[in-house]
Amino acid sequence: MQVDEATVWRIARLARIKITEAEAKGLKTELSGILNWVEQLDEVDTSSVEPLTRVVPIELRQREDKVTDGEIADEIVKNAPMIEDHYFVVPKVVE
Amino acid sequence: MTELNKLTIAEAREGLRKKQFSAIELTESFLAAIEAGNDGLNAYVLATPEVALAQAKESDKRLMTGEARPLEGLPLGNKDLFCTNGVRTTACSNILDDFKPAYESTVGANLWNAGAVMLGKLNCDEFAMGSSNETSAFGPVVSPWRRKGEDGALKPDKLVPGGSSGGSSAAVAADLCLAATGTDTGGSIRQPAALTGTVGMKPTYGRCSRWGIVAFASSLDQAGPIAKTVRDAAVLLKAMASYDPKDSTSVEAPVPDYEAALSEGIKGLRVGVPKEYRVEGMSKEAEELWSRGVDWLKAAGAIIHDISLPHTKYALPAYYIVAPAEASSNLARYDGVRYGLRVPGKDVIDTYANTRAAGFGQEVRRRVLIGTYVLSAGYYDAYYLKAQKVRSLIKHDFDEAWNSVDVVLTPTTPEPAFAFGEKLGDPIAMYLEDIFTVTVNMAGLPGISVPAGLSGQGTPLGLQLIGKPFDEATLFRAAQAIEDAAGRFAPPHRWWETGGLAAPASKAAPASKGAKNAASQKKPGGKRK
Repeated sequence: MQVDEATVWRIARLARIKITEAEAKGLKTELSGILNWVEQLDEVDTSSVEPLTRVVPIELRQREDKVTDGEIADEIVKNAPMIEDHYFVVPKVVE
Repeated sequence: MTELNKLTIAEAREGLRKKQFSAIELTESFLAAIEAGNDGLNAYVLATPEVALAQAKESDKRLMTGEARPLEGLPLGNKDLFCTNGVRTTACSNILDDFKPAYESTVGANLWNAGAVMLGKLNCDEFAMGSSNETSAFGPVVSPWRRKGEDGALKPDKLVPGGSSGGSSAAVAADLCLAATGTDTGGSIRQPAALTGTVGMKPTYGRCSRWGIVAFASSLDQAGPIAKTVRDAAVLLKAMASYDPKDSTSVEAPVPDYEAALSEGIKGLRVGVPKEYRVEGMSKEAEELWSRGVDWLKAAGAIIHDISLPHTKYALPAYYIVAPAEASSNLARYDGVRYGLRVPGKDVIDTYANTRAAGFGQEVRRRVLIGTYVLSAGYYDAYYLKAQKVRSLIKHDFDEAWNSVDVVLTPTTPEPAFAFGEKLGDPIAMYLEDIFTVTVNMAGLPGISVPAGLSGQGTPLGLQLIGKPFDEATLFRAAQAIEDAAGRFAPPHRWWETGGLAAPASKAAPASKGAKNAASQKKPGGKRK
């Protein structure tokens, strides 16, 4: 699979990573190289194979639906780059 | 007393119990070794002497009153992927900036509750994405090993310690800790262990809790120890492993006494040798060592079977779909809002994009983009679903093998350690480092790497043993047989202690400064390149 530059820009936007013109050119080659290489998987017939969802056959446990934690707002916002009281501050989203 | 840092866990444990030295003395010998050697090795990104000495003081008290816990007073290094309560945790990425978790990883808590002492946080590839420790925001770790030239003299070229747990492997090999924690997503414990002459164990998926470990690829990540001997690794895994309700993939199974299992020997053990691991490009030395490993196990009473794991070659390409896909999803949380770096933009989306561009290094960006692509609309079936189907086949290969064998023996890596920069420009060449280890993660199995010999250039090579799910005990037994036959391997020249033999220069310097500043914990962060 060859990705073109437009695809690189589209993926970078989806991934929320800003890239430069020069990086887009480099990434086009790198990503195409990696995607070409993984395409050897097409040699494998998987038409009757179930995808693996769990490497160890355990059942997902359930617990009682009750609060087990909380009242730690100070700890939660402690590492934030910008806060106001117990709120994370971000640039204005709604006009 | 000055050589306490060269002890193994088993020896140090005995010395402490017999009161030959105190936990404080033992800890101070490591702190001195870090102070002297870390400038050259760049293994620690943060030394935590206050934490270590406080823990050691408590250990001495308990040793005096006969209340010693299993790991009482034993100083360990902790990979910087493990969250540490109140102590900076970065995953060796700029994006986590000065992040100080308000909690301790379950594996870390298990170790400290068992009496172990934390010396500091160890360098690794950024978000554990790499096989050489060259992607760390703190700069690369330098292996304590050097190649020998034709004349027998050591060459000055710096070698990589493997990755991603390269700080762990280098610190253990250079006696800057008794042993260390590591994590293994595609080989990140076993490959660095092989490259540094140390023992590295990746347990069965679900054996150790992943809670509080910075996530890379959640269906593959597992924690495990890197140690000087098989016995030491067995002692550590016993303490690290536990069932943890906070990790829904953690498995509720009894954790056996691995150390006790070591004395059981391997008479009658069925060892499989898979023909698909004889890959093109494997060094002659690795191949010879593999045959020698077969002979050693045979001599110890094992029965050898040739086996086939037909889908082996597809494990690596399938991994490079699954791992980046899960990484792109896990790393979506780094958005500059709740913690870590923020680079402001004209709106919130622009802020995300600026932050992630500045905070992620090149390899992490590459993998997040690949992961985003394979998960994007219209491609999910062709890539991620296909890879998960191939993964079923890889697991099935092993399930079949377990009908006729108890363990599988392979080389850990195709080649010994390479030099700085040798593979950095070629992602796929770097990815091939994990060709023998990645199958184990894809199938969720336990695997251990044991030092088995030296290459013609005098650098270590390891053998890997792969086991049935939750049968780590058998792996430790078989690994002990290899260690008994092969002996142990230490770097020939301790250049990092003296600064001799072309001590590594500039590149490592900022991070070592970081470790020193961090020692006082006043100015952590901002020391990255």
